[in-house]
Amino acid sequence: MRYDSLLDSLGRTPLIGLPRLSPAPTARLWAKLEDRNPTGSVKDRAAFFMVSRAEKEGLLKPGSTLLEPTSGNTGISLAMVAKLRGYRLICVMPENTSAERRQLLEMYGARIISSPAAGGSNEAVRVAKQLAADNPGWVMLYQYGNEANSLAHYETTGPEILEDLPSVTHFVAGLGTTGTLMGTGRYLREHVPDVQIVAAEPRYGELVYGLRNIDEGFVPELYDASVLTSRFSVTSADALRRTRELLDVEGLFAGISSGAALHAALAMAAKAAAAGQRADVVVVIADGGWRYLSTGAYSGTLEEAEARLEGQLWA
Amino acid sequence: MAIEVRIPTILRNYTGGAKSVEGSGDTLAGLLADLNDRYGGLQERLVDDSGLRRFVNVYLNDEDVRFLGGLDAAVKDGDTVTVLPAVAGGAS
Repeated sequence: MRYDSLLDSLGRTPLIGLPRLSPAPTARLWAKLEDRNPTGSVKDRAAFFMVSRAEKEGLLKPGSTLLEPTSGNTGISLAMVAKLRGYRLICVMPENTSAERRQLLEMYGARIISSPAAGGSNEAVRVAKQLAADNPGWVMLYQYGNEANSLAHYETTGPEILEDLPSVTHFVAGLGTTGTLMGTGRYLREHVPDVQIVAAEPRYGELVYGLRNIDEGFVPELYDASVLTSRFSVTSADALRRTRELLDVEGLFAGISSGAALHAALAMAAKAAAAGQRADVVVVIADGGWRYLSTGAYSGTLEEAEARLEGQLWA
Repeated sequence: MAIEVRIPTILRNYTGGAKSVEGSGDTLAGLLADLNDRYGGLQERLVDDSGLRRFVNVYLNDEDVRFLGGLDAAVKDGDTVTVLPAVAGGAS
């Protein structure tokens, strides 16, 4: 396939069968390989759509400064788009995100402002909102509340899946900004009666939730619970186990949040198989494992990897 | 047998510091009422007049109870209920 530029190669990612992990010939799993996007993650779709829309609305001019709270992938996607389009980028990132992501961001020329590890992404959002208020010249695209994020998936991810797999019964993805699930979910619901939209959210250790006041939680503005049919909370241990299973059984080297999504997908497929129902379950592989090697997730025993992951944000 | 309920750090002042407690009931609402008999004030931190509080997530065997009937979700002995504050997570 030939494209005029890197950005033109966005999307149209492969959908591959996972025959060895599928519980039955009638209950099949399919992986949507979003690591095959320009910077290696599903976030390229949202970044491109958010920047394009801001340009159309006249919010961005050459040399403009973008500001974004991100645990990494969105930052990397935005950094690439910003470099090609001539913008500066400042990322607010929790200090407990992987070294690979920081190195990539710095290489793309982004400036990183660290937010405290305790509180995770909630804290990054809070810090970024304060910075945006203090610096009215900066443009915060704000992936958690920007409709262009979910629209990217409504216009691209959803149609791609339906075209490749008209018999789709379940769509499973990680829950972060909720953009992937909201956009793809809405599109599929309009075209596939009774399609199940399933979220897999990371469950971290004490450090991340630790001192969070229960009245000051965070629900992304994009989130609309009516789009979902189930929502799983997946522990680091389960996510790690499934990430390794993907590699062991199907040869797929994926990031840890993909293991979490697979965990939920397997539960849905097993449920359908047990009930004698046909199922074609699509699970989103949000990124590859490369960005997490330094977390120790892929070396030693599962127990060792789990201990090393404690306190780190893996999605 | 009973139902294990895991309590987040921020609410352990209601459980005497315990990370997890046990209770019984046929529904989540019944379970929370049962817990409230021993851990006074806990229920009110999780539930208001309209149901589960906005920034409280409750999982029944790892599934969000909001998709299982909310406070009416059926629970049984051997289940695990996990309470967590809502956070921004995911591959963002």
